Amino acid sequence: MSQRIHVQTEINGEAQDFLCDPRESLLDVLRNTMGLTGAKEGCRNGNCGACNVIMDGILVNSCLVLAVEAEGSSITTVEGINTPVGLHLIQQKYMDHAALQCGICTLGLIVATKALLDHNPAPTEHDVRLWLAGNLCRCTGYDKIVRAVLDAAEAMRENV
Amino acid sequence: MHSFTYVRPQSLEEASTFLSEHREQARILAGGTDLLVQIQSSSVTPDYIVDIKHIPELNVLSFDETGGLRIGAAVPCFKIWNHHEIAHLYPGLIDAVQLIGGTQIQGRATLGGNVANASPAADTIPSLIVHGAICDVIGRQGIRSIAVQDICIGPGQNALAPDEFLLRFQIKPPSIGFGAHYLRFIPRNEMDIAVASAGASLVLNPDDQTVQYARIAIGAVAPTPLLVIAAGESLIGQPLTNESIDRAARLAAQAAQPITDIRGTISQRKHLAAVLTRRALVKAQERALQSLKGASH
Ligand SMILES: Cc1cc2nc3c(=O)[nH]c(=O)nc-3n(C[C@H](O)[C@H](O)[C@H](O)COP(=O)(O)OP(=O)(O)OC[C@H]3O[C@@H](n4cnc5c(N)ncnc54)[C@H](O)[C@@H]3O)c2cc1C
Ligand code: FES
Ligand code: FES
Repeated sequence: MSQRIHVQTEINGEAQDFLCDPRESLLDVLRNTMGLTGAKEGCRNGNCGACNVIMDGILVNSCLVLAVEAEGSSITTVEGINTPVGLHLIQQKYMDHAALQCGICTLGLIVATKALLDHNPAPTEHDVRLWLAGNLCRCTGYDKIVRAVLDAAEAMRENV
Repeated sequence: MHSFTYVRPQSLEEASTFLSEHREQARILAGGTDLLVQIQSSSVTPDYIVDIKHIPELNVLSFDETGGLRIGAAVPCFKIWNHHEIAHLYPGLIDAVQLIGGTQIQGRATLGGNVANASPAADTIPSLIVHGAICDVIGRQGIRSIAVQDICIGPGQNALAPDEFLLRFQIKPPSIGFGAHYLRFIPRNEMDIAVASAGASLVLNPDDQTVQYARIAIGAVAPTPLLVIAAGESLIGQPLTNESIDRAARLAAQAAQPITDIRGTISQRKHLAAVLTRRALVKAQERALQSLKGASH
């Protein structure tokens, strides 16, 4: 009894629709149907943050959202964070601070960082650590990530 | 994964009709942070998933001086702690709301889901209990109100009939001299399930700062979160001193009926119930005194 459901959304600023099985997660559809493989599957149970996307302005784990729940919503994936001229300042600062090693966590962290700075352009170190507590990284030990985020926040404040 | 049909009722009426027709085969979906994990591990296998997030009444988030606080069962935690007025008036509720998972989980997780899921360690339940929260529940027969401490009846079991679901939580406006706090013990800084937890609320008399009202609730130390009436009552009419706080904390620990599991042992949890109750009271007192100070200006 495989019900195929038609879902209309906006992904990275463009209207997109897809057909999905109700069991598919938003992560499955982004990766397998839409070819947007930036969101990663680390755990599939909400613990790692590698699958983060922004849905209607709110940071979520796309592994714990059913694709059918995305009906009518606006989604930003890491692919939508690049600027037309190249890297976003957040991405640049992650590179400058060597805030990644294997990179599996990085795309989720970039999305989580974007959501943080949209919400709070001037976070303290404590704010950054608390906001990113749901993003696991096995490589960096987090300090470089926190430095990259604080530096990106400062650079973005100067840019406006 | 078990296959299911997804339905998205747009009204209370549509949802309760559907639930009364499909009873045991249907599961309500709010934020999905418990349910989707349970479906993935096949610990629940519903034929229908009923997404209640599109029902307007379940998305209300408001405060007014007469009615107090109303939080629809489907409002995600992130929206609750970002509501500045509510965060300012009910810091003891925000303590709990901000503990659930990380930011991404808070973007989906709801009070309704946390309460209905009825985990003994659910963080918002002791906090809602000490705030005297009432939950409106809707079913085919209409709406009835249940105190939050009466919703959980065992681990993973709630007191709702199959056609019923949680509609909204209501909390009275905070009185002058009110203060509350909730905290838990976990081995990490964030992102873990409570080994034990405690919430406390107080109303202090503006004249002599004795206790007019007190409630204590503990979590993860019994089959359900517990309201410990004796611990709260022991404080009424008393000044808050080390002795009176210790007595209340001992009464809370006595009410605990913990088990030993991977997270902790019986004796550790009994000990924690007392320590956390004491700390919850001290912080609740600090907030109650701030409220008195604010009112005298
Ligand atoms: C990584 C991670 C970390 C977590 N950390 C914590 C934590 O620190 N503390 C904590 O307490 N919990 C934690 N949780 C558990 C979970 O996030 C919370 O219990 C959350 O509040 C559940 O809400 P939800 O809206 O996602 O519920 P759902 O998953 O949608 O629903 C949960 C259950 O409640 C039922 N239900 C939902 N809404 C209603 C309603 N209105 N009426 C009747 N029944 C309803 C559903 O059918 C289901 O059985 C965590 C989960 C994850 C994945
Ligand atoms: S894959 Fe979604 S949180 Fe890990
Ligand atoms: S860089 Fe490897 S997990 Fe974070």
